[in-house]
Formats: sequence, structure tokens, C-alpha cells
Amino acid sequence: MTLHTFKRHVRESIKSLGRNGWMTFASASAVTVTLLLVGVFFAVMFNINHFAQKVENDVEIRVHIELTADSRQKDALRRRIEAIPNVKEVRYSSKDEELKRLIKSMGDEGSSFRLFEQDNPLSDVYVVKAAHPQDTVKIAKQIETLPFVHKVNYGQGTVEKLFDALKVARNVGLVLILGLLFTAMFLISNTIKITIFARRREIEIMRLVGATNGFIRWPFFLEGLWLGLLGALFPIAALSIVYYNVYEVYEQRVSLPFFELLPFSPFMWQLSGLLLAIGAGIGIWGSVMSVRKFLKV
Amino acid sequence: MIEMQDVYKTYPNGVVALNGINVRIKQGEFVYVVGPSGAGKSTFIKMMYREEKPTSGNIMVNGVNLAKLKDSKVPLLRRHIGVVFQDFKLLPKLNVYENVAFALEVIEESPKVIRKKVMEVLDLVGLKHKIRSYPNELSGGEQQRVSIARSIVNSPKIVIADEPTGNLDPETSWGIVELFEKINDRGTTIVMATHNKEIVNATRRRVIAIENGKIVRDEAKGEYGYDASYV
Repeated sequence: MTLHTFKRHVRESIKSLGRNGWMTFASASAVTVTLLLVGVFFAVMFNINHFAQKVENDVEIRVHIELTADSRQKDALRRRIEAIPNVKEVRYSSKDEELKRLIKSMGDEGSSFRLFEQDNPLSDVYVVKAAHPQDTVKIAKQIETLPFVHKVNYGQGTVEKLFDALKVARNVGLVLILGLLFTAMFLISNTIKITIFARRREIEIMRLVGATNGFIRWPFFLEGLWLGLLGALFPIAALSIVYYNVYEVYEQRVSLPFFELLPFSPFMWQLSGLLLAIGAGIGIWGSVMSVRKFLKV
Repeated sequence: MIEMQDVYKTYPNGVVALNGINVRIKQGEFVYVVGPSGAGKSTFIKMMYREEKPTSGNIMVNGVNLAKLKDSKVPLLRRHIGVVFQDFKLLPKLNVYENVAFALEVIEESPKVIRKKVMEVLDLVGLKHKIRSYPNELSGGEQQRVSIARSIVNSPKIVIADEPTGNLDPETSWGIVELFEKINDRGTTIVMATHNKEIVNATRRRVIAIENGKIVRDEAKGEYGYDASYV
């Protein structure tokens, strides 16, 4: 393809947006509405996911070591824990450290535990982290069977419930987003199909004067691309403004300690890029699929 | 040159449109194709620019066998054949100049050459003064001239016209036929399907009559040969 031809395709595709004014508007609106929904969903989903990851990463297994174990036996235990598949990290915490942690976590009332500094009733602990938080329960069960393990603590019951809830939330979100994208693709390809149906005469004439299928397809391909990008602009702008304000208000006024929103700066850029890519993708897909019908390929 | 050997065409719905056609049209000839509606004229014409494929038989156009031509090669064939229709087939949103230039843009001609050639053919068809007009601002005859200009702008050896005067009044029709004669004088083969008795009888060109998918008459300086009543 010559440069002239490529320029022609670009020029024609842009002109055609203007010539088919209302259809352009309709198609771009379809993209806009869809991406607005998808964008909101993504914003919510990414934040839930972020929250979930944070919570999951906080999950750790506390392995209380038998008081009778000597240092060699402790080392042996450590090696055996480390040998369990998917164990990411094993950290030792002596009973003195454990007491300090306890006192600190109790705040003002913690000082009453100072008495125990003379005779510490706690045991030494291995803090174990799983490579994938979902494996926590499995690993904990395995550790329980090892010698010199007094007790294994990982928030039994709560962790399972939490993981189940997060799994459901993620799957539901994923299904909703996929469903939404699927609907969007049909909506958009149908809208574009109407615009192209109105232009089947143009395609017929192009074929008549000897245009190759590739040549015919190019302007439609580009037009789909512009439609998708055009349709993505408004959702990106709207989402950015809304997210920026929500983020500011949340951080300054509400701000719960266990839940933080993804910061605006990298997140909104990523989301914008994603929406642009999705817009372009469905635009191109819609127009290329629709034009195919008229090319008798 | 166009040559058909034992061409048969049966449409998927069972209609037999062509029933053993043998014909030779030499380069530079001017041929009228006549016959009742539904006799196979249009199919006969469509075979020549590979809009339809024959069920059996061979069709040679400019030395290429269209019966064996791959779909992907059809665009290249079309670049050497101009086609004109009853309903003009102009793009309503392009002006006269753009409509004609379209045929050259499609074959990736350079803008300089496009400009030169388009102005030449618009001069030939007598529409140089209306290059900025849109099809809906033109009369039927003018629109058909634009369509003819588009069909000849890349200097094809053959121009095929399917009832080009079907929508035009007698006087305008004459103008169109004179234009085709002018193009024919430059050595271009013209194949024109028509129902226009006066024109065929007055110009005395080769006439091929098709009935029930067969050539029933082929005369060098023929007449229309039917009553005008069913036109």
C-alpha cells in the first residue's frame, strides 16, 4: 500500500464519520454507554481486588512451638516448614518479641501485661506466609502434623469465610464484566452494521470499479477504530473526574484504616488505557465483522 | 476481445438463464444485446465482468478465462472493464469529480495522474463545468454521463452497459448513445443491452438477440426486431 493510499484511507474514514453524522453519533454513543458501565465496574472491581489482596496478604500462619523444643529441634522444624510447597516465608519470633507485640497491640491497657515480662507464658512462634494466600489453610493443616508444633493459628473459620467471600465477589465481578463486554460488542456491531448496510451501495460500487477487498476494508477498519476511541473519550473524562473527587473525599473525610482506595495517579491512567483499548477493540471488531458480509469472502 | 464457448448458467433456484451461448465479440466492436425481459440479457452481460460465474463453459475476456478466475483476481479484471448501469450507481455524498476520481483512487493511482485523467474524461462527457455538483443536483442524463466518465477513466478496453438509457427520455438517450459512439471511435469495445428500438434501428450496429437463454439472432447491421409495446 502506498503512502497516498494510506492517507486516503485515513482521510476517507474521517470524512465518512462526518458524512454519516447521526450514525457516527449512534455508534459512538453505544460505545460510550457501554464503556461507562464497564469503566465503573472496573473501578469497583479493581478496588475490591486491591482490598482483597491486601487482606489476603495479611493472612499469616502463627506456628506456636512446643516449650520443650531446643534450638536444634526448632531449626529442624523450620526446615520442615520451609520444605512444604508454596511456603513463601518463615519468620522466627521469640516469645519476648511476641509479648512486646501483644503489649503494643493492647494499647493503654497493654501495660498490665508488663507483669508477664518476668515469667513469659507465651511460646516462641514461626510466622509463616503462603505464596498464594488461598493455600494458607492447606499449609496450616500440614504444619499441624509436624513434631514440636504446639498449636497452629491462622484465624480458623474466619479466613475460610473471607476467602470464600472474596472468591465469590471476584467471580461475580468477572462474569458481569464479561457479560457487559459481550453485550457491548453485539450492540456496537449491530449499530455499525446499520451504518454499513446504509453504505452497501458504496461497497458495491467499490467492487465494481476494481477495489480489492483489502482496500475496501481499510476505511471501515479505521472508522471502527475512530468510533471506538471517540466513544471512549467521554467515559474516561467522566470517570476521571468522579474518581478523583471520590478519592479526595474518601482520603480526607472517611478514610477507614483497613480499606484504602487505589490512588488516582497510576490507577486512572491504567483504567483510561484499558477503556481506550476496549473501545478501539470493539469498534474495529464491530466494523470489520459487519463489512465482511458485503465482501462475499 | 470477448469470447463465450458453450456457456450455461443455472441459478441456485433452478432458473436456467443461459442455455448454451457461443459468441465472439472483437476488439473495437459496438454490439447491442436485445431480447424480451427475463430472456437472459442481464445474465449474459453480468458474465462478462464476472458478476456471475457460468455453471459450465468458458468465457475469455482480454485473454483471461473468467470461468477459472479466482475471486481474489476479480478486482484486477474489473479495472480493465468499464460498467454502466440503468440506475447510474453514483455515490450520492460525493461530487462529480470525486465520483469519477473514485475509480482511480481504488487502483491506487497518484493524485497528479488522477486529477489529469478525471479532467480529461469530464471534458469528454461534457461536464467539466459541473465538477463540484452532487448527483442530486444533476439531471438523469448528466448523472449517466458521470457514470460513463467513471467507467472509462482508467481507459478500459471494454465498456459494458446494462440498459444505460432505461431511465432517460428519448432526447437524452440519444446524447448518451452518441457519447458511447465517441468512446467506441477511440477503439473501445462497447456491449450495450437495451430496449430502445429507435436507437438500435437508427444506428445499425451489430445486434445479438437473446431469447430463453439462447442467441436467436446475430446480425452485423441488425434491427431491434421486436415491437416496442412491452418496453
